[in-house]
Amino acid sequence: MDLSAAKKIVVIGGGQAGAQAVQSLRQFGYEGEITLVGDEAALPYQRPPLSKAYMKGELAEDRLYFKPAAWYEDNKVETLLSQRVEKIDRANRKVLLQHGGHLDYDAVIIATGSRPRPLPIEGADLENVFELRGLSDVEHIQPKMIPGHRLVIVGAGYIGLEAAAVARQLGLEVTVLEMEQRALARVTSPVISSFYEALHMEHGVDVRCGARLGSLKGKDGKLTHAVLASGEEIEADMVLAGIGIIPNVELAQAAGLPCKNGIIVDEDARTSDPRIFAAGDCTVRPLAHYARTGRLESVHNAIEQGKLAAAAIMGKPRPALDCPWFWSDQYDIKLQIAGLSQGHDEVVVRGDIEAKKFAAFYKKNGRLIAVDAINSPPEFIASKRLIMSGASVASETLKDTSISMKEIAAAAA
Amino acid sequence: MPTITYIDHDGTERPIEAKNGETVMETAIKNSVPGIDADCGGACACATCHVYVDEAFMDKVGQPEDMEQSMLDFAENVQANSRLSCQIQISDDLDGLRVTTPESQH
Repeated sequence: MDLSAAKKIVVIGGGQAGAQAVQSLRQFGYEGEITLVGDEAALPYQRPPLSKAYMKGELAEDRLYFKPAAWYEDNKVETLLSQRVEKIDRANRKVLLQHGGHLDYDAVIIATGSRPRPLPIEGADLENVFELRGLSDVEHIQPKMIPGHRLVIVGAGYIGLEAAAVARQLGLEVTVLEMEQRALARVTSPVISSFYEALHMEHGVDVRCGARLGSLKGKDGKLTHAVLASGEEIEADMVLAGIGIIPNVELAQAAGLPCKNGIIVDEDARTSDPRIFAAGDCTVRPLAHYARTGRLESVHNAIEQGKLAAAAIMGKPRPALDCPWFWSDQYDIKLQIAGLSQGHDEVVVRGDIEAKKFAAFYKKNGRLIAVDAINSPPEFIASKRLIMSGASVASETLKDTSISMKEIAAAAA
Repeated sequence: MPTITYIDHDGTERPIEAKNGETVMETAIKNSVPGIDADCGGACACATCHVYVDEAFMDKVGQPEDMEQSMLDFAENVQANSRLSCQIQISDDLDGLRVTTPESQH
């Protein structure tokens, strides 16, 4: 469907994907109305620093925002903040707002993101039990980040481990509970898991894998202990849950758009309704280099799908697709990830694990499909190209640090 | 406030009043300077904020650290005056700085 004559576009969700869609629409020359509806009080901002530099107090709040307020005025983007959408009425092409009123649309971009999975245990509603997703969460957490306070983090995923690193650096006593037998079990290989477990232990974090949280105990409504399924009690001043996210698909689902652990979209971020697009954490999308679909929780994905939706609406050529990429900062370690390692049949390590400078390459049928690069930007960037080109690289070559990544990339090109 | 001038690959100049403490990348993004993507928001994780620093300011801007240098090694069309603009922090010393943006960051 040609939507290039659209005059009214509604973007639902004020996170990275929604913000990107708005910017790209204007960049691609869209001159009609744009309304950005967001359920948070703040204008769109970067989430990654919330569990890193911003939480640590090293980054001022105004540096989180993608654009200053004046940009939205100058670009005639109406922002409806602290507002939720009640319903998308596809038959009448209206978005109904929860506070009353509606917005007519020619096209909609759903960028509703995701929400933290709640702790499914008794005591999750006690005071000083937190989750970490938005600015307001950090506002609640930060005053409790006091040296000597005992923090129990539930879930050794990226959010949990990044928060653990910040808390240790701020002088808290930190315990990380992970139900699986290793940290980052859902997203990486044992070699990287072991590296991060050791790194956190080296910094004084009590990392406990295979530890299932049974309940949270409190006194007068305030948290006092985390109680393991084994019965062991751990004294705690605060608990931070980082056990994954749930995509916010409810609006799309209620509108009859197909969803399966995410809103199903095509290569152009379009849903089954040609006037409705979806971008970011809330979508399930074709994964160009992997011949399957999947849901990506990442900055790269939010940016790419925001651009894809805007380009499709404006009838512009589809922007080039990037290889999925991610990063994590913990202590002085930068992890850069390119590609998706699920389904790999071989792991090749290059570099020096002891020196905290190495990369784990993931191969499938001889082809490179992903890399986890620890303090190793060349391995990260070269791999992005190798993954996108579908190159096969001999494992012996990858292991050999006397051959630079530049040479490896050039030889495979 | 220091003024930074951004020059497009086609020669268009955009002088912008910058805030001390912010980076050359942030100032560009907030003022919608074309040619800088900065996908990672300044974490030195993506190499999409590549700029060329005016020769006259090379000393004041200083040398890239290891992490930045190895990211730059893989950027397109790198020159001796290439920098990642997220790693250049603005101060009064940099008043008058001129940087040129590449045609594409990818």
